[in-house]
Amino acid sequence: MVSRLASRHFSRTAVASSDVRPTSLDVFTEEEQMLRESVRRFAEDVVAPKVREMDENEMMDPEIIKALFEQGLMGIETSADHGGSESSFTSAIIVIEELARVDPSVSVMCDVHNTLVNTVIRTHGTQEQKDKWLPLLAQTTLGSFCLSEPASGSDAFALQTRAKKDGDHWILNGTKMWITNSYEADIFLIFANVDPSKGYKGITCFLATKDMGIKIAKKEQKLGIRASSTCSLAFDDLRIPAENIIGGEGKGYKIAIEILNEGRIGIAAQMLGLAQGAFDKAVPYTFQRSQFGKPVGTFQGLAFQQAQAAVELEAARLLTYNAARRKEEGRDFVREAAIAKYAASQVAQRVSGAAIEWTGGIGFTRETGIEKYWRDSKIGAIYEGTSNIQLQTIAKFIQKQYS
Amino acid sequence: MRPSAVRLLNILVPVKRTVDYAVKIRVNPDQKGVDLNVKHSMNPFDEIAVEEAVRLRERLKDEVKSIKVVTIGPTKAAETLRTALAIGADSAIHIEVPESAPAPEPLGVAKALRAVIEREKEGVDLVIMGKQAIDDDAGQTGQMLAGLMDWAQATFASKLVVDPKKKEAEVTREIDGGLQELKCRLPLVVTTDLRLNEPRYASLPNIMKAKKKPIEKLTPAELGVDLKPILETIKVTEPPKRVGGGKVENVDQLIAKLKEAGITPVKS
Repeated sequence: MVSRLASRHFSRTAVASSDVRPTSLDVFTEEEQMLRESVRRFAEDVVAPKVREMDENEMMDPEIIKALFEQGLMGIETSADHGGSESSFTSAIIVIEELARVDPSVSVMCDVHNTLVNTVIRTHGTQEQKDKWLPLLAQTTLGSFCLSEPASGSDAFALQTRAKKDGDHWILNGTKMWITNSYEADIFLIFANVDPSKGYKGITCFLATKDMGIKIAKKEQKLGIRASSTCSLAFDDLRIPAENIIGGEGKGYKIAIEILNEGRIGIAAQMLGLAQGAFDKAVPYTFQRSQFGKPVGTFQGLAFQQAQAAVELEAARLLTYNAARRKEEGRDFVREAAIAKYAASQVAQRVSGAAIEWTGGIGFTRETGIEKYWRDSKIGAIYEGTSNIQLQTIAKFIQKQYS
Repeated sequence: MRPSAVRLLNILVPVKRTVDYAVKIRVNPDQKGVDLNVKHSMNPFDEIAVEEAVRLRERLKDEVKSIKVVTIGPTKAAETLRTALAIGADSAIHIEVPESAPAPEPLGVAKALRAVIEREKEGVDLVIMGKQAIDDDAGQTGQMLAGLMDWAQATFASKLVVDPKKKEAEVTREIDGGLQELKCRLPLVVTTDLRLNEPRYASLPNIMKAKKKPIEKLTPAELGVDLKPILETIKVTEPPKRVGGGKVENVDQLIAKLKEAGITPVKS
């Protein structure tokens, strides 16, 4: 007896209205294409020459941060009234991908700033908060998103940073760990619990500036994305004005959950760009390097490996951009975002690893920058939701649909 | 054809959509042309022209009244206009020709540009254009346009300073012997050389603003211009493959090799 259960449930596909013909998945608007070209050239001309130095020194060049602001890439979805570029979510995804092709560290800095920090304030801030903070974030000031702690990563809402009310201020105590951008940032979104007895319902989002007393406890030395600063932060009786609570007391859990779903698509784009960058760097070399009388890329074995990598890249690309379009269209995208992030991070690992092997000894040295992609790719399976967490999210959808 | 009254500049920047400079060119099997099914972008010298117009406005501010870009090409050529608008031009004209039409030649382009200039109500004071297009490397259009308009021309510019009040411009030209400095009266045709400036990247806010800038569509017929080619391409071939060189140990060997190759000393 064939089970009929599968067929009775809701479908995640949508039906287009009769006068609109759906397009294939890799169609972009003229602005999106222009943006892609412009960011690609910018990344190749301005960022590329500094990539190796930033990686070896484990330090983001302040000129790069400044250049990103000048190009309008730090307020992609922010409205023009607030000094932003008033562009779409897919545009942000395109920017993140193109930057990652050249340097995944620069890409993640731009990604966290746009898809986490800017979006939280745009979505949950009061008009006063938006008027005050969005222009700074769009034009001059780097932001950071502080959720993880030494004892809470995947189990994010077991966080222990406490906030105690003191008149019209809150006093925060605690430690955050693994915080991207924190070395260079001046604006911090900090998740702290105002009432542990309420469990996760006490978690609240606070906006703090560095000069309120945020201390960098430690800057991590990492395997990859070394130029992206990853620090532990210490809050020692940190005083934050009550007006800096974003979204209201106890709303932090909801804010974080929603924003991380979007952020997932950003990371998928970063991993996609990384994989594409590694592929684009390695493949031409295989047609120049000759052994046994012909270019190594023309040997069938290697050509088949390149073909397999191309299959994976195409899949990751379509998954990422379809998730982005779903979000833009207001459709459910949690499952698709998890799938895209999981898939893209796996593809990034495999393709960047293959790129080293195709280029042999040269790929293994640090000079060509090919090995850097492989080191950078590992984090894709870890941050903004580990691969296991993504699989759990996807599994829940399967259970909901089939059982 | 009258230049605008008083001291405000109207700048026209013709641009061309060409095969991208980084593409590896392949000659077609029929040896009549090259494979055009590749990436296209704005002619690099034209990007420099658009950038120079925008920089003039940044320097002269209100004295630059308008920056208009114009292109001749099929529907796809509009992308090039949008890029120019995103860099900072105010408006654009698209002289649309069918996809199958042969590429216009410099004299045809110059005549079309003359027609565009003559129909501009506010007049045109300064035309800034690329010195040549990287697909045909003709390097003629600017000069022909100046001739047709009976205007001054300053080609291969590496520096441009404009004084709208005096209706004069000072242009530094790169020539074989070095640099030549010219003082010219407006209206003027300037063609750009590589070292004039380094074009900016279209920033995202400007790309978004470009969407709202107007593009006027015209046909060659509306301009009273016939773009039928008067030249026929007989053959296109790749340059001969480079043959390997050789190394010599000393000057005597060098002289011997040169004599072998049939090179004789010049009698002074």
